[in-house]
Amino acid sequence: MHFLEILPSLPFILAGVLVTLKFTTISLLCGLPLGITLALCKISHICILRKIAEIYTAIFRGTPLLVQLSIIFFATPQLIGYPVSAFQAGVIAFSLNSAAYSSEIIRAGIQAIDQGQWDAAKVLGISYKCTLIEIILPQAVRNILPALVNEMVNLLKESALVSIIGEADLLKRAQVVAAEKFLYFEPLLIAAFLYFLMVLIISFFAKRLEKKLAYA
Amino acid sequence: MLSVRNLTKKTPTGDILKDLSFEAKEGEITAIIGASGSGKTTLLRCLALLDKNVLGKMLLNGQELSTLLHGEIGLVFQSFHLFPHLNILENLTLAPVHQGMNKVDAEKLALKLLAQFSLKTKAHRYPGQLSGGQKQRIAIARALIMDPPILLFDEPTSALDPEMVNEVGDIIKSLQDPKRVIILVTHEIRLAEKVAHHILFLDHGYLLDSMETSQFFAKDRSKLSKRAQKFLSNLS
Repeated sequence: MHFLEILPSLPFILAGVLVTLKFTTISLLCGLPLGITLALCKISHICILRKIAEIYTAIFRGTPLLVQLSIIFFATPQLIGYPVSAFQAGVIAFSLNSAAYSSEIIRAGIQAIDQGQWDAAKVLGISYKCTLIEIILPQAVRNILPALVNEMVNLLKESALVSIIGEADLLKRAQVVAAEKFLYFEPLLIAAFLYFLMVLIISFFAKRLEKKLAYA
Repeated sequence: MLSVRNLTKKTPTGDILKDLSFEAKEGEITAIIGASGSGKTTLLRCLALLDKNVLGKMLLNGQELSTLLHGEIGLVFQSFHLFPHLNILENLTLAPVHQGMNKVDAEKLALKLLAQFSLKTKAHRYPGQLSGGQKQRIAIARALIMDPPILLFDEPTSALDPEMVNEVGDIIKSLQDPKRVIILVTHEIRLAEKVAHHILFLDHGYLLDSMETSQFFAKDRSKLSKRAQKFLSNLS
């Protein structure tokens, strides 16, 4: 083991953590609202909305993420005429992909809420929109929080795929250091450890949030 | 006066309620009884405007129920359906605040109702922290907060201990008001006999008997339908 030789490159690798976190956070922030919208379409009474959401989910769950990423990064510029950066392509692909998965989680969470809650709100004269926002979604979020955190962890880990299209994320930086020093085990082990640490921290805060959201 | 005329509830597999007509007076308590599957709860859901595919007319003093303002029909559900993520005060104030009442006024009103039900100290507790009886009183308070002219109870004793039947009966009686129609669905005959002025007996979606409580529970059952006679004999 030659960890000491890697030490000067450590800040370079660590900067990749920020890139990975930025990438994951933006993808999540874009993907979650789209996921909620798709989930609402899936429980809608309007057939066409349900169909659109179902087809969307089927496509994004039915094709490999790497293929989606490649289409957006390599093929889209051919159509639109100007290049898409690796970061933009990654955020778009991951947002669209994670929306498909999270929409299923959110849909299941909403549908798991007792119909009686909808009935009670209706009898009290509370509108559909307020029922959804004030009564159904807060209860659904509590139930689906572990699954959503799981989705976030997946997103973080799968973000390593952007290294393939050249984005300088954690994995890419570890690979660069490896190539420079001709030492593969050490930088890649450090990258793996940092991914693991990020997942541990996310899980820790998710557990705390879960406890905070719990009611008797 | 609540008038129900030719009420039919249609489903793809057949009619659950079949051409029901009856009246329920303000200031009185009307109990709907019948065996399981007779359509009691469906009738209550129709009156609360929770069900679709309902034919016929439902009028309160000549006005269609569907044109009443929000919150003018109160319903106490069999399993209460309190909102578990909101505390008791929030459960009670949600509807009035949503209807435009000032939050401070809504809280005052809610606390007054909680005091009436001896639950003022529970205002900041969550439904999961209360006993069945307490939850039911909260559900009643929530249904009452908009002072509805129609108050409906769906099996108010089924989720409670048997010894609470009398207590529930007293609470329901205490809610009688000359301006309020109270309708109670129950399979607990003792409760119906204790609180109701009028009995409606349902069987397989048909309204077979509609009469004063004393008449329905009289020793002489010759005026009752055959099905009601059988229902009462099975109970005794």
